[in-house]
Amino acid sequence: MNKILMSGNNIIAEAAIRAGCRFYAGYPITPQNELTEYMAEHMRNVPGGVFIQSESEIAAIHMIIGASATGTRVMTSSSSPGISLKQEGISSMAACELPGVIVNIMRGGPGLGNIRPAQGDYFQATRGGGHGDYRTIVYGPATCQELADLTMDAFDLADKYRTPVMILADGMMGQMMEPVIFKKPKPRKYSEKFMLKGAGAGKSKFIRGLILDAIEMEEHNWKLERKYKIIVDNETLHEEHRTDDAEFVIVAYGTAARIAKGAIKRLRDNGMKVGLFRPITLWPFPELKLRALSGKVKNFLVFEMSTGQMLEDVRLTLQGYANIEFHGRPGGVVPTPAELANVIARHYDKKD
Amino acid sequence: MLIKTIFSGFGGQGVLMMGFSLAQSAMNKGYQVTYLPAYGAEVRGGTANCTIAVGDEEIASPVASEPDYLVVMNSPSLTTFQNKIISGGTIFLNSSIIEARPSRKDVRVYAIPCGDIAQELGNIRAANIVMMGTFIKITKILPAEDYLKSIETIMGGKKKSVTEINRKAFAIGFDFVKN
Repeated sequence: MNKILMSGNNIIAEAAIRAGCRFYAGYPITPQNELTEYMAEHMRNVPGGVFIQSESEIAAIHMIIGASATGTRVMTSSSSPGISLKQEGISSMAACELPGVIVNIMRGGPGLGNIRPAQGDYFQATRGGGHGDYRTIVYGPATCQELADLTMDAFDLADKYRTPVMILADGMMGQMMEPVIFKKPKPRKYSEKFMLKGAGAGKSKFIRGLILDAIEMEEHNWKLERKYKIIVDNETLHEEHRTDDAEFVIVAYGTAARIAKGAIKRLRDNGMKVGLFRPITLWPFPELKLRALSGKVKNFLVFEMSTGQMLEDVRLTLQGYANIEFHGRPGGVVPTPAELANVIARHYDKKD
Repeated sequence: MLIKTIFSGFGGQGVLMMGFSLAQSAMNKGYQVTYLPAYGAEVRGGTANCTIAVGDEEIASPVASEPDYLVVMNSPSLTTFQNKIISGGTIFLNSSIIEARPSRKDVRVYAIPCGDIAQELGNIRAANIVMMGTFIKITKILPAEDYLKSIETIMGGKKKSVTEINRKAFAIGFDFVKN
């Protein structure tokens, strides 16, 4: 297989089409426009492919809900403010147990913010985002190769658990180019019984999120919760980088993890034993693996391009087990590895 | 080996193409690469820049703390980036429109009138390829022939005259400096 040099946004779109996505609806917003553009160009070349530039983000998410109900593989994408608009629909998908992939190429916030890379949507993505008792599986890729692989996996997981899956990346991941190899997608496993195929023989089917009877609604909530527990037990992913002999560990995801790896290289050149713990699934958070690491490392620093959101998950995991420091650059600032290395060096010296 | 380069200039001068062609040709040569464009409200005539990392192992950070090389095609880019480059690094500047010279004494400077050279060749748009000729000669990141092959693939759809002018432009830039 030949490597192709492609931008993150284009890679997500190409991986989705290869994975069998046949319905995409979206509304333009920087820095994810190349994804929508790629879909506009390429979706029409695959049999049964539909591309719609909707009138709004809200329309886009509801279009993919409709298409998902018919059993089509669906995707929509946007960037932070647009993802806020989609929350009503994501909540509906969770309620109706409809699979679908939602891509958030994060930018600076809150509000309209700016168009620079940021990681301020971690809470929104991992806590459900919309209303009601639900969770969304969230991937936080850190390389263009991972964008390709995890986009394909996202469709499989969405089908497996009949739930929306989010790809949470940022403007830098979307714009950056790296060589990529597209793996062969797995054949789809999704039962016909979940698909609305129109009037015909057999029992009529009904997909709904409105359940007026409280006891029935409670049972639906517990059913969803049991599903989320299974996801927590089976689907966490993480990477450990140079933690074997580490005395200090950075916890970071996505673009921040890339910068952290650069910083680690510099610190190691100066004799400081620093490693990286990188959650790949942000929900479910790889809690047990991180806590296990605290058996041999006592000093951690969370680094995010936000004021400290994943920090809360790390605290829930490590409070009482290890020391937790934080360094954050919100608002669209991408710090250099040198800056982060200086911050770590300060904390490294005062550890114990 | 890990080499980081920033290309910067006006939008329309082909600075993103310089970076993309370097990344593409280095990838074809078997290196690990990342291409990170600055994006935003950039328009033709505004500024554009990109950071390219070329390495023989996995590239940790696509962001450059202290780039080894800096290629500047206009004056604002020189002002913006000259203090970012690592001590002992090299600056390539387009002397056709940049009058200032870096004040730092710890970097090498190559001043190439690539705009004028391209104009003489009959197409100002080849200025970036003239500069790439010099850049490839000095940095030796990869052989000239490998770079030229990649640029031809990238420009694949274009007319044969474009290929010719690119080859000429590259050769002049390449021969403009001594090793």
